[in-house]
Amino acid sequence: MKTVFQKPEALTDVTMHYCPGCTHGVIHRLVAEAIDSLGIREQTIGVASVGCSVFAYDYFNCDMQQAAHGRAPAVATGIKRVLPDKMVFTYQGDGDLASIGMAEIVHAAARGENISVIFVNNAIYGMTSGQMAPTTLIGQKTATSPRGRSVSETGYPIKMCELLATLEGPSYLARVSSHDPRHINQAGRAIKKAFEMQQQGKGFAMVEVLSTCSVNWGMTPVDSMTWLAENMIPYYPLGVYKDITAEEGK
Amino acid sequence: MAKTLMKGNEALAEAAIRAGCKAFFGYPITPQNEIPAYMSYHLPLRGGVYLQAESEVSAINMVYGAAGTGTRVMTSSSSPGISLKQEGISYIAAGELPCVIVNVVRCGPGLGGIHPGQGDYFQAVKGGGHGDYRLIVLAPGSVQEMADLTTLAFDLADKWRNPVMILSDGILGQMMEPVEFASNQDISEVEKPWATTGAVGRKPNVINTLDIIPESLEKRNYELIAKYEEIKGEEIRWQEVGTEDAELILVAYGTSARVARSAMELARKEGLKVGIFRPISLFPFPETQLGALASPERQFLVVEMSAGQMLEDVRLAVEGRCPIHFTNRLGGMVPTPEEVLVKIKGILEGRGN
Ligand SMILES: Cc1ncc(C[n+]2csc(CCOP(=O)(O)OP(=O)(O)O)c2C)c(N)n1
Ligand code: SF4
Ligand SMILES: [Mg+2]
Repeated sequence: MKTVFQKPEALTDVTMHYCPGCTHGVIHRLVAEAIDSLGIREQTIGVASVGCSVFAYDYFNCDMQQAAHGRAPAVATGIKRVLPDKMVFTYQGDGDLASIGMAEIVHAAARGENISVIFVNNAIYGMTSGQMAPTTLIGQKTATSPRGRSVSETGYPIKMCELLATLEGPSYLARVSSHDPRHINQAGRAIKKAFEMQQQGKGFAMVEVLSTCSVNWGMTPVDSMTWLAENMIPYYPLGVYKDITAEEGK
Repeated sequence: MAKTLMKGNEALAEAAIRAGCKAFFGYPITPQNEIPAYMSYHLPLRGGVYLQAESEVSAINMVYGAAGTGTRVMTSSSSPGISLKQEGISYIAAGELPCVIVNVVRCGPGLGGIHPGQGDYFQAVKGGGHGDYRLIVLAPGSVQEMADLTTLAFDLADKWRNPVMILSDGILGQMMEPVEFASNQDISEVEKPWATTGAVGRKPNVINTLDIIPESLEKRNYELIAKYEEIKGEEIRWQEVGTEDAELILVAYGTSARVARSAMELARKEGLKVGIFRPISLFPFPETQLGALASPERQFLVVEMSAGQMLEDVRLAVEGRCPIHFTNRLGGMVPTPEEVLVKIKGILEGRGN
């Protein structure tokens, strides 16, 4: 019989705790599939961050370290510098990466640290029940922007791919989305590419995955997918922001 | 082996490399700058990695990552930088990751000054970061001990799977003395089956400090406390000179102990029965050993470059069995032996303090 669907080896059997409709689970799967397809599970050390994905250390079937809030790129640097032949990735939320951990991600990128970063942008602090994130859209209502995010008080949402693309260090920066099957397939290819860049020693690679948080957005999972497509993608355009292999090919 | 004349900070760095330290992550701050400078030159030539982090916060988290792979790793800083590292240190203690953290203490609070101080004692020995944890804390008193205690620190860190702090100060870091080094350590025997090095043919290893189930986290807390109790049983270190017949015992560590020792010698020349008790491990504190010296016919004089931090541990050890006096200097000022001698005479002549 032909197997058409199975759990990737790089995921454990542990039942994920994510809310119904949350795209964290899908993104975990994409990461695991990338690891499996490159055959690197036994060579990989993952770094979980603080956020809804904190339990990623239970879900990925490879060696894992759990990092303090925002510090995953520093922890990954510590691992990669002493084990340069291993594959090291971080899995971080937008509060983790773009707020408290801004210094760590910028400097890891600037150093061209040879790691792969999976950045899950759901425009909110999911785990702490829906506060405003640095990526929260203008006008978006959250627990701490109850009248909608206002520019005069809190400025503008941060576009991480664009920001990091100003640096020389990164080898690959891409923004993808998780709201429908076509985009999920694209996201999977980008994530695999981020691991390949590391495997080839090209240096820092990050994939920003636009993601949903229906519970804290106060919507059904289906409405969340639509909201993402209609509101997040216009502000956070999808695409490849840097790819040194494409430049090399020119 | 021949002795070399070296600065305390450089001696510490050289000893770390010989102890098998293979990674160093730091951030510039006076008065510890000789340590990263030495490491950045020597470590890459001797099979290790050096990286200047973007902040002390990042440096300590790089230490977390590298320690999690089982590599011998060190960071150094000075007071304000050590404050920034506290969250990471708490994680490292909770994750039971062996590493060495050096604090070349300067004076505070705030930005304070770059001159030596001992005001980080509480932070070092009582936890410092959040939650119930302890560091093993070693306090060198000479350039030779900057080297020797660093060698020991790496061994203790591995033995107990615990972060070890070297609590030095600006004077010990900067002064030059002859030092003799141990030869390169063979650490190939040290097994770390818990390390995250890639799950080849085994179940994945996980370095984690989160446990949201109170029953299970409480168990974990008790396990850590039991470890700290064992450490108290096995790792107490101190030095005593002239305590046998002493009527007055000076209690001091680090630079203060050097001053106290000179003051004691001055006093002995004048026929005064003065001794010195120098804790070398500040955690575990030599509580029983110090307490055993307390008797009604004796008095203690604690000498510190803090407002009276170790003083509290001396009081706990002595439990009111004899009078305890205190003398200190602050703000980067170092007490002189003559000042301490005046204090000693005042006490022994019954003028109290
Ligand atoms: C030092 C520190 N500050 C704050 C927190 C609380 N905290 C836990 S998760 C989180 C936000 C996570 O949001 P994000 O990174 O966007 O991840 P998400 O849950 O949305 O996936 C915060 C602020 C913490 N654990 N540590
Ligand atoms: S709170 Fe939001 S991000 Fe967290 S699991 Fe639920 S839906 Fe996902
Ligand atoms: Mg988020």
